[in-house]
Amino acid sequence: MDFQIALILGQDGITNGAIYALLALALVLVFAVTRVIFIPQGEFVAYGALTLAMIGNGVFPATAWLLLGAGVAVAALDGLGALRAGQARKLPSVFAVNIGYPLAVLALLRLLPLTELGLAVQILLTMLVVVPLGPMMYRIVFQPIAEATVLVLLIVSVASHVAMVGLGLLFFGAEGYRTPPLSDASFEVGPLTVSGQTIWVIAASVVLIVALALFFGRTIYGKALRATAINRNGARLMGIPPALAGKLTFLLAALIGVLSGVLISPITTIYYDSGFLIGLKGFVAAIIGGLASYPLAAFGAVLVGLLESFSSFWASAYKEVLVFTLIIPVLVWRSLTSHHVEEEE
Amino acid sequence: MKPALSPRLVMAAFVALLAVAPLVLSAFYVTLLNYIGLYAMVALGLVLLTGVGGLTSFGQAAFVGLGAYTTALLTTSAELPGWLAWAGGSPWLALLVGLVLTVVVAFLIGKLTLRLSGHYLPLATIAWGLSLYFLFGTMGFLGGHTGLTGIPPISLFGYELRQGEEVYYLVWLFVLAGVLTTSNLLDSREGRAIRALKGGMVMAEAMGVDTARSRMVIFILAALLACASGWLYAHMQRFVNPTPFGLHIGIEYLFMAVVGGAAHVWGALVGAGVITVLKQWLQDLLPKLFGTSGNFEVIFFGVLMVLVLHKARGGLWPILVSGFKRFIPVAAQRRAVDRDALALPRRELPAAGSLLLEAKAVTRRFGGLLANNNMSLEVRAGEILALIGPNGAGKSTMFNQVSGVDTPTSGEVRFLGESVVGKGSRAIARMGMSRTFQHVRLLPTMSVLENVAIGAHMRGTSGVLSAAWRMDRAEEARLLAEAARQIERVGLGEHMFDEAGSLALGQQRILEIARALASDPCLLLLDEPAAGLRYKEKEALGDLLRKLRGEGMGVLLVEHDMDFVMGLVDRVVVMEFGEKIAEGLPEDVQRDPAVLAAYLGGED
Repeated sequence: MDFQIALILGQDGITNGAIYALLALALVLVFAVTRVIFIPQGEFVAYGALTLAMIGNGVFPATAWLLLGAGVAVAALDGLGALRAGQARKLPSVFAVNIGYPLAVLALLRLLPLTELGLAVQILLTMLVVVPLGPMMYRIVFQPIAEATVLVLLIVSVASHVAMVGLGLLFFGAEGYRTPPLSDASFEVGPLTVSGQTIWVIAASVVLIVALALFFGRTIYGKALRATAINRNGARLMGIPPALAGKLTFLLAALIGVLSGVLISPITTIYYDSGFLIGLKGFVAAIIGGLASYPLAAFGAVLVGLLESFSSFWASAYKEVLVFTLIIPVLVWRSLTSHHVEEEE
Repeated sequence: MKPALSPRLVMAAFVALLAVAPLVLSAFYVTLLNYIGLYAMVALGLVLLTGVGGLTSFGQAAFVGLGAYTTALLTTSAELPGWLAWAGGSPWLALLVGLVLTVVVAFLIGKLTLRLSGHYLPLATIAWGLSLYFLFGTMGFLGGHTGLTGIPPISLFGYELRQGEEVYYLVWLFVLAGVLTTSNLLDSREGRAIRALKGGMVMAEAMGVDTARSRMVIFILAALLACASGWLYAHMQRFVNPTPFGLHIGIEYLFMAVVGGAAHVWGALVGAGVITVLKQWLQDLLPKLFGTSGNFEVIFFGVLMVLVLHKARGGLWPILVSGFKRFIPVAAQRRAVDRDALALPRRELPAAGSLLLEAKAVTRRFGGLLANNNMSLEVRAGEILALIGPNGAGKSTMFNQVSGVDTPTSGEVRFLGESVVGKGSRAIARMGMSRTFQHVRLLPTMSVLENVAIGAHMRGTSGVLSAAWRMDRAEEARLLAEAARQIERVGLGEHMFDEAGSLALGQQRILEIARALASDPCLLLLDEPAAGLRYKEKEALGDLLRKLRGEGMGVLLVEHDMDFVMGLVDRVVVMEFGEKIAEGLPEDVQRDPAVLAAYLGGED
C-alpha cells in the first residue's frame, strides 16, 4: 500500500464513518429516551435511498402506500382511543393529520413531474414520504408496550425490522440502485482528489450533529427529550408526555436515517436489505459509546468507517467480520469495568 | 368435579402419537415433522434463555451452523490434520467435537457479555451470527457459498438412517430428551436459581446464588441444543451451505420461541410447529399473490410477532393449555414434600453474647450528601438490636453498608471478625448473614415453597448435570423439607403451594423471613419486617424473633413501628441526619431528650 492508496482509503473511511456517526447518534438517542434498541434504523436508510431512486427514475414510490397504510392504522388507534375517552371532537383532527397528510403526499407524487424536479426537491419529497413513518411506527408498534422490558422492546424492534425488510423487497424489488451525487465537483488537495460528495457527506453530518446539539441544548423539546432520557417517570410528572417524547425521538431517528440514505446512496449501491448492515455498523459505534455517550459513539463511527475501508483493501472477504469483531475489545473493556449486579428494567 | 387426567397420561398419549405418526403420514409430512423437531430443539434453548432467564440471542442459527459444519467437515474430509484424525469419519464423534466446540465458543461470548446489562448479549450474538455466516461463506475449506456435500447418514448400531422416517425417530428422541432435560433442570436447585434471573437477581445474589454463572449455564445449554440440531440437520440433509445459518434464521428461531410461548418448554414445540407450517404455506401463497418471488413471509412473521407481544405476551402455549383444560381437565402437578428427608446440616451458632457484627465509624457520602456519618453499632449473638430514626435518617443506607449492597466511603464493617467491606452480597451471605428487603423481592409466579427454597440454595451442592438427569433428588428432598419447615415455622404453612404473588404484602414480608432463615444464618438483617402486618401477625412475628434470639441468633432490625420495637428488642440505636444520636436500652432511649426532640421536633 502506498501513501496515495492510504489517503483514498482514509477518505472513504471517514466519509462512511460520518454516516455511521449519524446513525450511531440516532441509536443512542432512541435508546436513551425510549429504551428501544432501534434495529429498523437501517431500514429508514434503505427506504430513504430507494424512495429517492424511485422518484429520480420517475416511478411512483410504493413507500407512499405504506405511509397511507400506517396513517390509517394510527388514525384507527387514535380515533378509537379518542372515542373511548369520550372526546369525539378530536376525531376530525386525528383523521386530517393521519389520513389527510398521506393523501396529500400521494397526490403530490402523482401530480408532480417527478423526473423534471431538481434533486433538492426530490430529496424533500422523499423526506415527506419516509420521515413520518418514524413517529407512526412508534405509535403503532412501541407506544402500546412502552413500559415493557428492554428485552421485549428489542424483540419487537427486530420483528419490525424483519417486516420492513420484507416490505422493502415488495416495494423496491431485489434490484439495487444508486442515486446521483449531490455534487459532481471534485477538488485537488495536494496528492488527493476530494469529491464533492465526500464534502457534502462530511459537511451534512457535521451540520446535523451541531443542529442536534443545539436542539438538545437550546429548545424546550430538546430539553424535554433529555429529561425523559434521564428519568422517564420524573419527566412525566413534570408534564412531558412519554408518548410525545417517543414520537419526537422516532421522528428524529427517521429523519437521520433518511438523510443518511440520501448521503450514502451515491457512494454505495443500496438494495432493499442493505440498511441492516449499515445500521449495524452504526450500532457497533453506538456500543463503543456504551449506548450512552454521543462523542464516544461518533468517535467509534469514524473508527468503524476506517477499519471497514482499510480491511476492504487488505482482506476484502473478511471486511464485515473484521468490523463486527471490533466490538469484542469494547465488550471486554466494559465487562472488566462493570461489577454490579443490577436488576433489568 | 369431573375426573382429571394425570399429566403422565397426557404425555404418554403425545409420545404414542409421535411414534405412530410416520406410519400413517406421507413422506412430505414426515419431513415437515423432522424439520419441526429440529427447529423445536433450537427454540427450546431460547425458551430457557429468553422466556425463563430473561436473556436472548439472535445468533442461535450460527450455533446450529457450528454443529452442522463441524460434522460435515469431519465426516467428509479425506485428510484431516493428524491431531484431529481420530474424529474423522464417525458422525457420533463429530457430534462430540461439535458440542465441545460449542461450549468453548458460547463460554467466550458469554464471558464477554454476560456481566454487562442484558442487551449486550443479543447485540453480541447479532455480531457473532453475522460474522460466522460470512466466514462460512468465505472460507475455502468449508466450500464457500456452495457448501459441503456427500455427508454420510448417521448409523445407529450398524444401521444407516437414510430415509426421512428413519431419521424421524432419532430427531424426536433428541427433542424429547431435550424437553425432559430442560424441565428436570428447571425443577431443581439450579433451576430455581435460573428462574430467579428474570427479575430476582439482586435477591438471588443475596441468597448466595451466583447469577453470572446461572446466566452462563443457560446460554451454553441453549447453544448445545442448537448445535445438536445442526448435527442432525447436516446428516438428514446430507449437505450443508451457509444459507440456513444466517442471522435471519436466527431471528426466526426467536420468533418460534416467542410465538409458541417463551416461558414453557412445550411452547418451543408449538412455536416451531406453527412457524414452520405457516412458512410452508405462505411461501406458496404470497409470491402468487404479489406476482413476484421473494421471502415475503417475513412481513407476515414480523407483524405476527408484534401482535403476539402486544396482545398475548405469554405466546400460544398458555392459551392452548387453558383451552384444552376447559374440555379435558388435567390434574395439576403438585410437589410433594418428603417430611422424612434427612435434615440439612446446620451451621454452629456462635456462643450467645459473642460479637457478630461490628460497624466502626462508617461514613457514606453521595457527592455532597453525608448519608451516614461516623456510624458505629454492634450486634451480638442472642440479641435483637433495633436501628430506628425518623424518615431520611440514613437507616437504609446503613443497612446497605453492613449487608454488602453498598460500600462505605470510609470506616470498617466486620462480620464474625472478618472485614466485609467491598465483598459482594453473595460472599457475605455465605458467611452466615441473611436479610430481607424493604421492598419485597420475591418471584411472584413461583410457589411459596420454591421461593423459600431459594434461601436454602447455599446449603445444596448438586449441579446442572445431576439436576438434568435427576441424580439430585435426595438433596432436593432435603432442601424442600427445610423450606417447608421454615414456612411452617413462620406460620405460612397453609400457603405453601400458593403463588407467592398471591399473598398479602404482610405475608410476603414473612415469606422473606422464612427465605432468610432457610439459609441457616447466624445474623438476620430485617428491613421493616412489621410494615403491613396486622396486630395478630405482629404478635406472631415478635414471638418468632424472640424464639430465634433464644436459639442464639443475632437480629438487626430497621423498623418504624415503635410499639413493636420497644416491647421486643434488647438494645436500640437511634439515627438522625446520618448520625447516631442515642444508643441503649429501649426504656432509656425513650426518655432521651435528643430522641424526643428528633421524633417530636422540639427545637432547643
